[in-house]
Amino acid sequence: MKYLPLVWAGLWRKRTRTLFTLLSIVIAFLLFGMLQGTNAAFSRGVEGANVNRLVTVSRISFTEDLPFADLVQIEAVPGVDHAAYASWFGAYYQDPKQFVFSFPVDPERYFNLFPEFKLPKDQMDAWVRTKTGAVIGAQVAEKYGWKIGDRVPLHSTIWTKPDGTSDWNFDIVGIYDDPDDHSRANAFFFNHSYFDDGRAFGKGTVGWYVERIKDPTAAVATGAAIDHLFLNSSDETKTQTEKEFQQSFLKQVGDINFIVTAILGAVFFTLLFLTGNTMMQSLRERVPELAVLKTLGFTDGGVLALVLAECLLLCVIAALIGLALAAAAFPLMKDILGIVALPPRVIGLGIGVAVLLALITGLPPAWRAMRLNIVDALAGR
Amino acid sequence: MSLFKQIGAVTLMNLQSIPSRLGSSLVIVVGIAGVVGVLISVLAMATGFSKALNNTGRPDRAIVLRGGSTSELGSTISRDNALTILDAPGVRKTAEGKPIGSAEVILIVDLPQKGSDSGVNVTLRGIGPEGFDARPEIKLIAGRMFQPAVRELIVGKSAQAQFKGLEIGSHIALRDSDWTVVGQFESGGDAHESEILADAETVMSAYRRNLFQSVTVLLDDVAAFDGFKDALTTNPTLSVDVKREPEYYAGLSKTLKMILFFVAYVVGGIMAVGALFGALNTMYSAVSARSVEIATLRALGFGATPVVISVFAEALLLAAAGGAIGAALAWFFFNGNVANTLSSNFTQLVFHLTIGPDIMLLGIAWACAIGMIGSLFPAIRAARLPIAVVLRAG
Repeated sequence: MKYLPLVWAGLWRKRTRTLFTLLSIVIAFLLFGMLQGTNAAFSRGVEGANVNRLVTVSRISFTEDLPFADLVQIEAVPGVDHAAYASWFGAYYQDPKQFVFSFPVDPERYFNLFPEFKLPKDQMDAWVRTKTGAVIGAQVAEKYGWKIGDRVPLHSTIWTKPDGTSDWNFDIVGIYDDPDDHSRANAFFFNHSYFDDGRAFGKGTVGWYVERIKDPTAAVATGAAIDHLFLNSSDETKTQTEKEFQQSFLKQVGDINFIVTAILGAVFFTLLFLTGNTMMQSLRERVPELAVLKTLGFTDGGVLALVLAECLLLCVIAALIGLALAAAAFPLMKDILGIVALPPRVIGLGIGVAVLLALITGLPPAWRAMRLNIVDALAGR
Repeated sequence: MSLFKQIGAVTLMNLQSIPSRLGSSLVIVVGIAGVVGVLISVLAMATGFSKALNNTGRPDRAIVLRGGSTSELGSTISRDNALTILDAPGVRKTAEGKPIGSAEVILIVDLPQKGSDSGVNVTLRGIGPEGFDARPEIKLIAGRMFQPAVRELIVGKSAQAQFKGLEIGSHIALRDSDWTVVGQFESGGDAHESEILADAETVMSAYRRNLFQSVTVLLDDVAAFDGFKDALTTNPTLSVDVKREPEYYAGLSKTLKMILFFVAYVVGGIMAVGALFGALNTMYSAVSARSVEIATLRALGFGATPVVISVFAEALLLAAAGGAIGAALAWFFFNGNVANTLSSNFTQLVFHLTIGPDIMLLGIAWACAIGMIGSLFPAIRAARLPIAVVLRAG
């Protein structure tokens, strides 16, 4: 610690150069924070997936419906603890831009399968009693200012009623939350019976099934057992773990991970040049000074540590500023990404990358400083 | 010596000394190459994607969806309604007097993507008997046309290139039965090239469906659209949205296009600021390395202008080199690459990354701008070097 002023002074020896280098590194880490944060936002569903749950969709594609009668057969499969179902309602509120993630479900079955969704008991009872009842996530309630007792119309882009209209009215009877990750409380659930009785076509079908299994290690076997039930029927199924299901959906959008990695690769490759060049230049100018330090009794290792510490300080300070800027910019992207804060994991990763960058760019000059011969250096040879 | 001669001499001398400052000069080149490379690659994605959707459709063709549906997949149109729509005024007729239009059914088929085994959603479009008259741009390039009532289908060129199991002669298992791929078509690189086409009635009977998703009609001419639309929207038996095809497809591409342009300009812009600091560093150290030389020139009677211009010339040369390298790398790695993403219909759209001369020039322009701004302050410093002090210190 007592060498900190010396390291600090060495760093700011050429003020403009250090400042510009610092700013470039700040920019790189600002990008790092924003891009990795975005990446994390996209893969959030995958990480939040539960290992106990399987998802069964139609083999043809997940947009094809499955018969409601499959439920009894799925529940009878040994290894399946509990099963529920849901459908895609595809609705918006007033304006197509205000999309609402809405699903008709069986209230008790569905919330039994998703214990992470917390809903007060009396609200659940009210939901079961009220045919037009709906339970909404705390995020949805906040976004539209809906509260219990409100009557809300949603316009489905898919499901019409026999009279040809697509406007469905719901009574909000409950608000659920997910205490571990509030951003996941973003859906609008309502009674399947209301949906099935009211729709003009597709009666007696559901979108997909979700199963909780007794033994997570038997996920593959249980999934295969479910699919085997419907083999060669007109509605063959495909059962995956919740995680696989989410991943396959993400992969359809494109390889976001690859794009992020490629851009950051280009950024950091550039940065390596810049910082490395700054450190090399700074060392070249200071050869006589370092020789004096050695003459004063600094060991070879001490000089190596000094140069490395300088580089480390520069990179870590810059990284922290950059990540702080990214964290400040993140709330601006809330509407696109759905999460409000830069995940702490990204900050940790960023600091790790900063240390690595410092070591790679600092080691060559530090090595040269260590090998410096006092007499030659002082003589300017 | 005239000013121009002075500029020439000083600039030439400066450029010849670049190799001795190679390390720091590379910072500009590599930094700007990175910016331009990223900018061009993302813009190539954006243009490729919007080109695929913008190429789709003609102004004299209209698409009809159920009222309130944002895409074909969510729409349903009954047989009665489909007939009413096809018979509406403004629809072009064949020589036999049949309306040129196609009531279509859209299904999603889960197919593995080449290079990875994960399944993706591919559009299977059941197309009406007059469907190919309505879309003359669809041309068979291999195999033959599917036959109605037989489970046969033809695949788009892009779909075949990107997804597994679509070669002519191969079988696809759809509901209940095997379908045979009998032909391959192209349609000018538009969205339909990512699709699989089959006969609408055959598809509907296989899937036990009785509803169409959309109706596409060829109009008498571009101006016939308003009459056609009015006839449908004022018909009390119908509740439909009518759009010109280009308008419909532009709407589909809007969001993703916006995101891609946003990424290109924001990420590219932030990187450019980073590269700017690198350029400043390089040019300041170039000026300080040349300080004795500059002071000597000034003492000999050279003006400040040639010195300033020599600094600009150096920065521009390095920046342009960086821009060219970045553009070349992006072109080499990505031009013509095929990518696919989820489009608004929940299905895959295949598109080609396109790096045209306009994007290339934009990249080089960015590079030169970074070089200019980055050398502005160093150039001023070079012009203001105190001659006597520098010479004494040197």
